[in-house]
Amino acid sequence: MHPFSYSRPTNVENAVQELAGPARAKFIAGGTNLLDLMKVNVEQPNQLIDINRLPLNTIDELDNGGLRLGALVTNADTAYHPLVEQRYPLLSQAILSAASAQLRNMATNGGNLFQRTRCYYFYDTAMPCNKRQSGHSDQSAGVGPAGCGALGGYNRIHAILGTEASDGTVHCIATHPSDMAVALTALDATIHITGPSGDRTLSIGNLHRLPGSEPQFDHTLRPDELVTAIELPPQGFSDHHIYLKLRDRSSYAFALVSVAVGLEMDGDVITDARLALGGVAHKPWRKPEAEQLLIGKTATKDHFQPVAEALLDGAVGYGHNTFKIDLAKRAILRALGLASQKSERAKEQKGE
Amino acid sequence: MQTTLPAPTVESAPAMTRPITLTVNGTPYQLNLAPWTTLLDALREYANLTGTKKGCDHGQCGACTVLVNGKRINACLTLAVMHDDHEITTIEGLATDGALHPVQKAFIDHDAFQCGYCTPGQICSAVGMINEGQVRTVADVRELMSGNLCRCGAYPHIVDAICEVMQLDASK
Ligand SMILES: Cc1cc2nc3c(=O)[nH]c(=O)nc-3n(C[C@H](O)[C@H](O)[C@H](O)COP(=O)(O)OP(=O)(O)OC[C@H]3O[C@@H](n4cnc5c(N)ncnc54)[C@H](O)[C@@H]3O)c2cc1C
Ligand code: SF4
Ligand code: FES
Ligand code: FES
Repeated sequence: MHPFSYSRPTNVENAVQELAGPARAKFIAGGTNLLDLMKVNVEQPNQLIDINRLPLNTIDELDNGGLRLGALVTNADTAYHPLVEQRYPLLSQAILSAASAQLRNMATNGGNLFQRTRCYYFYDTAMPCNKRQSGHSDQSAGVGPAGCGALGGYNRIHAILGTEASDGTVHCIATHPSDMAVALTALDATIHITGPSGDRTLSIGNLHRLPGSEPQFDHTLRPDELVTAIELPPQGFSDHHIYLKLRDRSSYAFALVSVAVGLEMDGDVITDARLALGGVAHKPWRKPEAEQLLIGKTATKDHFQPVAEALLDGAVGYGHNTFKIDLAKRAILRALGLASQKSERAKEQKGE
Repeated sequence: MQTTLPAPTVESAPAMTRPITLTVNGTPYQLNLAPWTTLLDALREYANLTGTKKGCDHGQCGACTVLVNGKRINACLTLAVMHDDHEITTIEGLATDGALHPVQKAFIDHDAFQCGYCTPGQICSAVGMINEGQVRTVADVRELMSGNLCRCGAYPHIVDAICEVMQLDASK
């Protein structure tokens, strides 16, 4: 590991100030992604700012009926929190499908959002990678565009949607690996951010970005900003939801394709719908137009198929990952079918 | 053939180390560590507690599982300096007054290992899982122990051992 200095601020203001200082500094929360990448020299900060003592570790009910998840609450404490289990079981499912129990005890809600891609070429500093070698200030040495190891290489885990830059060129086909972010996208969460110039909020849909011609940027958080909380709106889809995760083994593996679905139903008729896909793009993939196709329809396969087609519209395979196009469509049909049935917990609560 | 190993070259960067106290199994260890020392390396190389194993060093195998304030974590993906006021429990600290922890005893009774390399991590993980209180079924045991790989494939006996301690019917 590249040597670094270590600090442990106890208030948000100091943490943000330290980040804005001259050192090539990074926050460390759970450390489960950052230290992993530091061990392979993909991340080489000069300073680590340990944010674990900041007072951002509570889950609080909001007056509007929503819930505010502190950035430093662990993934495990979030997934097992009684209010999350009751009102946002989709989020609990997504978090519990990720990593292992040990990692979820360390991983934080803030850190989860900013975990980097699991692209094998990104991890291997001997391989060309436009994301890693862009000359971006907090990356290892190298000037871009360096090329993309995955495009002509083994790309089974890579993206099929949103890969092209505006001029039609492809610079990076990495996927965002977080399961939690996919559920948060279906739930339309809001991200609370603090920086030197004050506080701001961002919809989860605008937090991550497509690679375009600047794949070095995973997200739109500025380099001197801290995420303080994730806000869940009141609508939690607790009666009709599913997080369907398809992967090479049934536990402790990243998604090849995942689908987060939340539905509101009136009898057999769908009155509201949210869908987000994981494992297919540089950010969780959502298309409100596709969701609209479900409104007022009964929950049948005939009505699901056009939604799958709309969500996968424009998908491109790069060889080893081409199977994901069909897999994603089938996963959408299956997830919608499962979500349209009432969840077991909802039945228990209503005494059915 | 060379029989004595050359003395290891120690990278001395005294300005970069800092004194920290790690409380492991109730005993305080005063150590001088560089900030980039992982908790796993601090335990094994500096506190000489080699019961905790290094498998992958990347959070992918669970061999390094220890309990921090009662919660199981991977010691390879956290820094020692982040834990200077935490209670750390390793496999060496599970037995009390010479009596094995029930999970340790069950692992022996059920022959829940072959080479034994993953075993300290498996046992600490099982103890952490029991503390978490989320297990209802045998399927839950398998899912919530998935962070511990066993290259010898001792999984069926590991599950049997844990089920005995948790009084679950392992055949279901
Ligand atoms: C073997 C393995 C398997 C895994 N499997 C899965 C899986 O199946 N699904 C899945 O979703 N994830 C998986 N993960 C990833 C895991 O979920 C992430 O590593 C974890 O969520 C990151 O959180 P952290 O708190 O440890 O972040 P850290 O490693 O501490 O930080 C990650 C990044 O976020 C930044 N950061 C942290 N907190 C903040 C904040 N509040 N504001 C701004 N920036 C911040 C840090 O500076 C750093 O750049 C796996 C990890 C491993 C090692
Ligand atoms: S897909 Fe992206 S992260 Fe992977 S090698 Fe190509 S540029 Fe790098
Ligand atoms: S050594 Fe820590 S998980 Fe493998
Ligand atoms: S007993 Fe050998 S790895 Fe598990």
